[in-house]
Amino acid sequence: MPPALRIEHVSKRFGGLQALDDVSLEIAEGEIFGLLGPNGAGKTTLISIIAGLARADTGSVSILGADVVRDYRVARRRLGVVPQELVFDPFFTVREALRFQSGYFGLGENAAWIDEIMHHLDLTSKADVNMRALSGGMKRRVLVAQALVHKPPVIVLDEPTAGVDVALRQGLWAFVQRLNRDGHTIVLTTHYLEEAEMLCARIAMLKSGRVVALDSTKNLLARFSGLTLRLGVAGGEPPDFGTIQCVSQPGGRLELQLDSHAQIEPVLARLREAGVQLREFEVSPPDLEQVFLRLTGHQA
Amino acid sequence: MTPFLTLLSKELLRFWKVAFQTVAAPVLTALLYLVIFAQALEAHVQVYPGIGYTVFLIPGLVMMSVLQNAFANSSSSLIQSKVTGNIVFVLLPPISYVEFFSAYVIASIVRGLSVGIGVLAVTWWFVDLPVKQPLWALSFAILGAGLLGTLGLIAGIWADKFDQLAAFQNFIIMPLTFLSGVFYSMQTLPSFWQTLSHFNPFFYMIDGFRYGFFGVSDVPVLHSLSVVAGALIVLCLFTLRLLSTGYKLRY
Repeated sequence: MPPALRIEHVSKRFGGLQALDDVSLEIAEGEIFGLLGPNGAGKTTLISIIAGLARADTGSVSILGADVVRDYRVARRRLGVVPQELVFDPFFTVREALRFQSGYFGLGENAAWIDEIMHHLDLTSKADVNMRALSGGMKRRVLVAQALVHKPPVIVLDEPTAGVDVALRQGLWAFVQRLNRDGHTIVLTTHYLEEAEMLCARIAMLKSGRVVALDSTKNLLARFSGLTLRLGVAGGEPPDFGTIQCVSQPGGRLELQLDSHAQIEPVLARLREAGVQLREFEVSPPDLEQVFLRLTGHQA
Repeated sequence: MTPFLTLLSKELLRFWKVAFQTVAAPVLTALLYLVIFAQALEAHVQVYPGIGYTVFLIPGLVMMSVLQNAFANSSSSLIQSKVTGNIVFVLLPPISYVEFFSAYVIASIVRGLSVGIGVLAVTWWFVDLPVKQPLWALSFAILGAGLLGTLGLIAGIWADKFDQLAAFQNFIIMPLTFLSGVFYSMQTLPSFWQTLSHFNPFFYMIDGFRYGFFGVSDVPVLHSLSVVAGALIVLCLFTLRLLSTGYKLRY
């Protein structure tokens, strides 16, 4: 059984910029896979190559075994893409846009499925409204609907929640999870790390066109991120914690970066020795943001 | 519904939804040309014996409208889609480049012919126009519209911005159209300009189209047909090559 998506040694250069540098990934059927990275990391270029909007200089991509160049008709039928930009055709209504999109994939009578997607995305009342008259959030939903019109087994969402309000964002994620339960493989890029953490079982992080991490979300969190210990203290100067990074903030607040829970007790012992009283105590579990920042070399 | 038929119907519906601008407006423009030039020149110019200037002018104006609107259709559709980004809707599906090419060019031919028929229909009210060889006229109209639709496709693929497209239109298409014999017969030009005109493929489209009405032309009609068909084939091959390599559409 071929994987939902196989990316092998893909490189792409635009003039002097190495947008992708020997990227290899495999995404299994039924996964929700996160593609993360700072702006300019190559996420959208990689998605463009998967979708056939761009061509790799070297390497290959296949969707459920179909090569995106040699066997493009099969590959494209298996793929739905929600582009990052809020694009729409101002000449048509929502229903027309969906009907055309369906026809481009060679589907004849598809009205029942189009009605069903519109229903799930709360677009039914806007079916005969011109695209120009829709709000940004509604246009985003139409983009999602357009990507689903041919029932693709693999769905790629490129920053689908950028600029979308909280209610719609949550609605979209619920819909994505539902699609995944129905058997669709999902690949998404997002800037909202907490969402990637919540939704994606596996994650690849890109930096300057290279994969700098590829693992399960759980392993990434365990491997790269420590704990954050936040303390409120009074009654004396905080002691030196040795190799543990500590930031003092006004109002007697300390923020310490720990590698493991085992370091908590020695920290508390140092405070007791220094005669400092403890007033507040909070341990934050690892989060993807820290992993992301460490791997991509950015500081918070 | 096949991808090709869907794209074709989308392209047809696109211009039909704004028919006031894409069909009615060019018909009015052609009528204004007719009124002004006919008024100014009817009494002074007779190109072919027994054919008044107004009657001579109408086929030229019809063909000019056909050509300009065929060009406008594919070029503006493509540049709008590129600039607004909705071109992805036709690049993501499994549409082959031959289907893509055919849909845009055929829609351009339909738009060109719609405007041409509109101009003919309106002018018929005023002038009794002979139609000696309708099949020739139709053949040149279809081939000419196909050629300009293909040129529009090239311009739309090449241009990244609206002003680049406008430059293509104003510095290439307009001069070739106006210097093609829409308003005059080649026979009335000094010999240098006559020779130059023979390098303008638009001249053969107008001359051949006019033959369909009067049964007379500046050059033999088969000669015109072979020039127009030859130019169309070369441009089609060139455009298909551009599309197959993804030039400016797929990076």
